[in-house]
Amino acid sequence: MRKCALEKMNDVFAAIASAKTLYLPVDGTDGNAVYTKWEDGVEWSEQLNTVRSPKDFFFPQTEDLMAFKTEGKSIEIIDIRKEAEDFVIFGVRACDVRSFDILDRVFLSEPVDSFYASRREHGIIVSLACSRPSETCFCGTFGIDATAPAGDVTAWKTADAVYFEANTDKGETLLNEIEALTEETSDEAVRVQQEKTKTILAKLPLAGLKTDAFGGGKTKEFFDHPAWEELSQTCLGCGTCTFVCPTCQCYDIKEFNTGSGVVRYRCWDSCMYSEFTRMAHGNNRLTQKERFRQRFMHKLVYYPENNDGLFSCVGCGRCLSKCPISMNIVKVMKTIGGNAE
Amino acid sequence: MQKVTASQLIDRAAALLADGTVRAVLGWKKGEFDYDITPAVFESEEELKASFVFNDFCGANVSKYLVRHTKKIDGKILVFLKPCDTYSFNQLLTEHRFDREKVYAVAIPCQGMADIDRVKAISGDGIVAIDCGETIRVTTLYSEAPVSVNLADVLEERCANCKSKKHVAYDELIGEEGEVLDSARFDEVARLEAMTPDERFAFWQNELSRCIRCNACRDVCPACTCEKCVFDNPQSGVENKAPANEFEEKMFHIIRAFHVAGRCTDCGECSRVCPQNIPLHLLNRKFIKDMNECYGEYQAGAEVGTLAPLVDYTLDDPEATDVLTRRDCDA
Repeated sequence: MRKCALEKMNDVFAAIASAKTLYLPVDGTDGNAVYTKWEDGVEWSEQLNTVRSPKDFFFPQTEDLMAFKTEGKSIEIIDIRKEAEDFVIFGVRACDVRSFDILDRVFLSEPVDSFYASRREHGIIVSLACSRPSETCFCGTFGIDATAPAGDVTAWKTADAVYFEANTDKGETLLNEIEALTEETSDEAVRVQQEKTKTILAKLPLAGLKTDAFGGGKTKEFFDHPAWEELSQTCLGCGTCTFVCPTCQCYDIKEFNTGSGVVRYRCWDSCMYSEFTRMAHGNNRLTQKERFRQRFMHKLVYYPENNDGLFSCVGCGRCLSKCPISMNIVKVMKTIGGNAE
Repeated sequence: MQKVTASQLIDRAAALLADGTVRAVLGWKKGEFDYDITPAVFESEEELKASFVFNDFCGANVSKYLVRHTKKIDGKILVFLKPCDTYSFNQLLTEHRFDREKVYAVAIPCQGMADIDRVKAISGDGIVAIDCGETIRVTTLYSEAPVSVNLADVLEERCANCKSKKHVAYDELIGEEGEVLDSARFDEVARLEAMTPDERFAFWQNELSRCIRCNACRDVCPACTCEKCVFDNPQSGVENKAPANEFEEKMFHIIRAFHVAGRCTDCGECSRVCPQNIPLHLLNRKFIKDMNECYGEYQAGAEVGTLAPLVDYTLDDPEATDVLTRRDCDA
């Protein structure tokens, strides 16, 4: 395990940024933390997490896919794909690291999404263990250990130092690049922090939330559950939950007339929106109840059904703190999962 | 002023359900952590007793739900309205968005609502319980004893600059009536007006660049009740699901502000729900301030049926050129 004194972290950031683009959570002018490109003078945020999740690095909100140029009756198709360059995302929490596994199963299955794949290949993830979880955290529900996040490198931050351990070859290479700024040390301080954090995790208000009732094969059991009506009755139909969610992966493909040609692009879509998955025959889901149900069935039933039981929620708590009406997956799980208090 | 309690409201709502005056109650439902309140419809005394709540975190303005829920329910629906909610209620009536005969409006006083982010700035994160008494007592995972917080120190911005404690519409009032207040709500607008155009552009560029186009501001807005918003309609030619560039980031909010100008009551829901903390209410307040200065004081929703300055004509209206040259056209 490698160690760097906290006051030397700026040198570590400078060293990483000298070779690759480095992003890390930084407090924005509005007070929320946001992943920001590191430059000299940029300060690493103390906050637990960002409002926008790091999925944006691999699956941005909008992205051009291809362009068309028309001349008379001929159409030229222009491949605008570019190979991504190496970049480092520093300070990714355990929940968000898990979200990449969930996105991978969608975008890296055949047919492989080459845009996503290129960025995944070039992205290096330095995760950061949690030591002060929020009441909205419930990653433990999905078997995630907030004290030992995955990623290419795992980092632990204590009062006076940051500790690093590589988990992959990419991570090993990164740690070698900052070797001169770190020193070899025992894992004692990290183990002490982990034990302390685990006692806090056990006391979190949502620590007892279970997924037992959900999973593949439960479509019939839950689809017509009477509680969907009540749960969705004041849903605004906005896209906040889906857009701050690290695992929501739906997108729409659209075209834009540039005046001299056409650009085909994709952008995030939300199952909460009235035009979601609209087809030639019209819309599949005509009411907010149906749209609301889709979101939670996808995370708790459909996705695990197609992905070896893996749920597509990581318990990051963003939807809990950001939904305008405070309706969220925890309330849904407690209500239809039969373990409401 | 005495705070009204949830039990007072539950008792009254239960009585009105029992005597058949109303068939359902629109109010607030408790959540997991005392502050995560969900607007909800209650249909029985049991439901009310199980989960109805009224505390310092019931900021959600439920008046817009009347558009949807008066159509769903056979009979009257009881709605609890805080003073600022009554302005939205009147404005919705002015625009014929719901049937007044289907509503029983109960006005309740409000001492201002707490902003959970401001509470956490004092108490710290990891909240396990909040007791909303005379002072707010917050128990967290990380503090030995509960932290006491004064409501006045953690008010939502719109409440710190409350424009009115007076209810402008109701069938019944619980508690005391308040007054229209002299608020400082235009101070921040004046500060922006005093900037140079470049500074102001930079200000809005920074704020609006954070927009993720979740549409929460629009969807919560009581003035946004179009059955199909142009921004959702593929046939409109301007539909867009994401802010594809800086122009679109700004245009959505500016067009929306124009669309609600004269109809916005300044309830502040847009800024409350924004996950990116964009001070959207300032766009609306700028229009309100301009209309007040050009056409005389006007408060949308103060009465039912009044014509807003932009859709009314009087011989005293300033000429367009006067409006344009005011403050040297701001530039």
